Amino acid sequence: MTVAVESLVQSVDWLAIAPPTVAAVAGLVVLVADLFVPEHRKPVLGWIAIAGLALAALSLLPLLDGDRSTFCLTSDTGVCSYTADHFTLAIQLLVLAGALVSALLSVHTVTESRLPAGEYWFLLLSSAAGAALLPASRDLATLVVALEVASLPAFALVGLRRGDRLSSEAALKFFLSSVAATAVTLLGVSFVYAATGSLHLTEVASRLNDVPGRFDTLVTAGVAITLVGFAFKTAAVPFHFWVPDTYVGAPLPVAAYLSVIGKAVGFTGIILITVIAFPSYADVWGPVVAVLAALTMTAGNVAALRQRPDRAHSAVRLLAWSSVSQAGYLLVPIAAAGYVDDPTRAIGSTVAYALMYGAVNLGAFGVAALVSRTNPAGRIDDYRGLYASRPLAALAMGFFLLNLAGLPPGIIGLFAKVTVFSVAVDAGLAWLAVVMAVNVVIALYYYLQWTAVLFRGPEGAPAKVRVPAPLTAAIALAALLGIALSGAPQLVLRFASATLL
Amino acid sequence: MSGLINETAEQYLLAALVVLPLIGAAAALLPAPPGLRGRNPQQAVLRHGVTVTGVVLALAIALAIGFDHDHPSRIQATTDISWIPALDVRIHLGIDGISLPLLVLTALLTFLCALYSYFRPPFAPQDAERTIAGDPERTGTGAGDRETAGGASNGGGSAKAFVALLLVLETGTLATFAVLDLLLFFLAFEMVLIPMYFLIARWGGEGREASAWKFILFTLLGSVVMLLGLLLVGLQSGTFDMVALATDNGSSLSHTTQLLAVLAIGTGLAVKTPMWPLHSWLPDAHTAAPTVGSVLLAGVLLKMGTYGFVRIVLPIAPEGIRTFAPYLAAFAAVGIVYGSLACLALARTGAKGDLKRLIAYSSVGHMGFVLLGIATLTPTGLNGALFANIAHGLITGLLFFLVGAVKERYGSTDLDTLSGATGAALYGRAPRLGALLAFAAVASLGLPGLAGFWGEMLAMFAAFSPAEELSRPAYLTFMVLAGLGTLLTAAYLLVVVRRVCMGERLEPQPGQTGEGEPQAREPAETATAAESGTDPRARPGSASAPALSDVGGHELAAWTPLVALTLLAGLWPAVLIGLTDPAVQQLLAGGK
Repeated sequence: MTVAVESLVQSVDWLAIAPPTVAAVAGLVVLVADLFVPEHRKPVLGWIAIAGLALAALSLLPLLDGDRSTFCLTSDTGVCSYTADHFTLAIQLLVLAGALVSALLSVHTVTESRLPAGEYWFLLLSSAAGAALLPASRDLATLVVALEVASLPAFALVGLRRGDRLSSEAALKFFLSSVAATAVTLLGVSFVYAATGSLHLTEVASRLNDVPGRFDTLVTAGVAITLVGFAFKTAAVPFHFWVPDTYVGAPLPVAAYLSVIGKAVGFTGIILITVIAFPSYADVWGPVVAVLAALTMTAGNVAALRQRPDRAHSAVRLLAWSSVSQAGYLLVPIAAAGYVDDPTRAIGSTVAYALMYGAVNLGAFGVAALVSRTNPAGRIDDYRGLYASRPLAALAMGFFLLNLAGLPPGIIGLFAKVTVFSVAVDAGLAWLAVVMAVNVVIALYYYLQWTAVLFRGPEGAPAKVRVPAPLTAAIALAALLGIALSGAPQLVLRFASATLL
Repeated sequence: MSGLINETAEQYLLAALVVLPLIGAAAALLPAPPGLRGRNPQQAVLRHGVTVTGVVLALAIALAIGFDHDHPSRIQATTDISWIPALDVRIHLGIDGISLPLLVLTALLTFLCALYSYFRPPFAPQDAERTIAGDPERTGTGAGDRETAGGASNGGGSAKAFVALLLVLETGTLATFAVLDLLLFFLAFEMVLIPMYFLIARWGGEGREASAWKFILFTLLGSVVMLLGLLLVGLQSGTFDMVALATDNGSSLSHTTQLLAVLAIGTGLAVKTPMWPLHSWLPDAHTAAPTVGSVLLAGVLLKMGTYGFVRIVLPIAPEGIRTFAPYLAAFAAVGIVYGSLACLALARTGAKGDLKRLIAYSSVGHMGFVLLGIATLTPTGLNGALFANIAHGLITGLLFFLVGAVKERYGSTDLDTLSGATGAALYGRAPRLGALLAFAAVASLGLPGLAGFWGEMLAMFAAFSPAEELSRPAYLTFMVLAGLGTLLTAAYLLVVVRRVCMGERLEPQPGQTGEGEPQAREPAETATAAESGTDPRARPGSASAPALSDVGGHELAAWTPLVALTLLAGLWPAVLIGLTDPAVQQLLAGGK
């Protein structure tokens, strides 16, 4: 009798699912606590959220062996919906640490912009929980649910600045295009399910090898359009139009969050789907992703080049477009994975690149938040003379920008790009490597120009404004991470030689 | 003699040589510990700079003594540690007969610069000059001005940054000559840019921000192209290790790859060298840079380009360089003639020629000889190139020091302003300075018996009989052009000597003021003067000021080593050629 019950009830490995669960529970705690905390004590909610995220990140530690799975089929314990392997852990670390830094950036924004604290922190934590769940998902349903859990709160976060036309417009734009993309993805998922009869990625992979010939078109279409929803989150061309307006309209920490965690969600989904579920269709998605990568980095760069430094919001706009082009670099190894027999090295270099990008991009947004305190217009020209008024912030910003450009002293930025290059070359994608090289050179122009602005002489006397401690902490954290990685690039680059999946 | 010091000790010496300046730079930013505070923070940190660079120089000399002179072609003092296994990037250091002289030169010049800055800090006098230049717009926008405008008491922060940047620059240059891994070479190559940018942009003269920006843009674009070439080589052959690649001698690289690699890497190095027509950043950078920046730029930074040709391009892509060598030689020959013609034009009366700009153009010509020597692909040519490298570092370093001294005394480096109607009469007014300038000028034009002679002679000699597969008639043409270049070089340098050193001594000029001596100024006074916006004692054009202070003790200390080495290298060239020749022979024989 008991045997029969056990075979029907899945055992849950609570430790394995702790990272997303802790974040989600912390979100609920904040939501409930919001009801009982008096108005002047609201900042405490932020600290609960930060503690929750830190706890979630710490809960990765017991999982370091990377061999846990849960929610497995009772009939076949090898097929699981949730797997905490090394790939999952690396992405979860990126997501949770990124959310933590975004939260640190948010602390003062929430109070000063009078955002509803309870809602803000709840939404941020929910989205982080979804993003942390996504890399662990190993079936299409969980994947889509995780994608939506990560996305839906983000729409609300973008539109949270009440009474701000720009903010609501940004949210609406983001929402509509995102929903359309998700709908298309769901259609693709249904095609694949129709052809294979399974939602589990590994099952899909094995059954795709012998689908009847009449389903061939269906599966090919399904494979291609399943990628759409994730390409949207990654902000790959042609699904990138929402990015600049959304980043400008959203509160700055939310833009920072989207630029890192949003992208992580997107490319993780692409990796899981392409490499695990559709390996036999590599000849379909390989070229598609390669072309997407080339278009994305080129479009992002060209648009970034066209940003005029004296326009309002040009700083965030430039960061937005630069994040689009960086997404292009992130896609290169994924495309390369379609051309090689063993994709682990390619996937690893995407993960390594993403970790580098996450640290320095959040740092850059941090400095942008700092500068926007004195110059709400957010022009790049406002960074002029930052070195004279805030030498450390200017040096940090210069370091972040050079990392994004891939130049010393941004050593980790350089080597992350070199890894991506070498993966592309090894996969025989020489043309993509050339496109990337040209783009890296183009991107130097705007990154360097911005860096140079930092060290120009200031125009007027700099206004001394107190910098909130959490903001300083966030910038310092990102800078220290960047410096540590520059000294020992192997810390992240080892993913490029390790077996992650 | 075989090495006086064993291999392990050498290894530590070399590692310390590279790391020490970096630690020193970090230490320079910290407050001075009790007991080392000195008279004021500025003096303390400048003294720190002298100490660190002095120790580095001592280490470099120890390394040179310990070097196994019987086997200069062997890579010695090697350290080989894995740094990034994922990319197979290794911290691989080592020296041979090619890099050792450059290491010592770098350590020496940096030490001399630090010493010179200790006695003559670049902060306050520069401010005074800017006030003279009558350019309040620009003066008001510099970060450096804000600090110095407050008086000398704020000089501490500025001095800290200056010393730290100087030391970072030293690490970068030393590392460039010591590393044996392509990606590390790139890192070291790039590491130099940032300190040099700030040295120019913050402590430079008129037009410094634009010049610094041009400098960084040119060299950065060049080095990005170089990086692509290095990656191409590394990814095609599967290793970034220079020793392995040199031993391999290009056999694992296809012909097309070699051509592309030489084109890409060569472009990056040629910008740095600089090769005509990629030189246009150099005159601006030199004109705007402070004395110390100019000395290091000409004396050390340019060598990184030619060193890269010898160390990377030649052994790693021999087929590629064989195809491109005639073009390289042609550009070099044009550069020689172009550089000297530009100098001649600047030296004319009424051309408003700037002395620093003139020497910068002369560098284009001299580096043309180095490139010509390399492009012959013969041992003679390479030895000549490496010799000319060192000689140019010594002589041009000295010239920039001297011009800096002239600027200090006259407040200008404009030849017309300096020489007035008849000449600046340096012989009469500051005889020792005049004599030194004349000495450096004739050394630069290649007088036999001084360092400038051998390198250029050997390079031309090699162009007479280039490597077998190269077109001899073409190289003969280049040789003739180079010979023409030496004549023109002699012409303009003699014109400069005549206009600066000779002339009527005591002829009153209209509007001259000439009270006091600019050299006797204390930084504090100058800063006060700069603050009030006028500095009555530092007007340019006082060609007939009654007396000028002659070479001071600190200047003598900074310049004597350069003079002595110029003489030594000129009279006893075997010291250098004995080091480079075996290494060059091995390199051309394909690393065997």
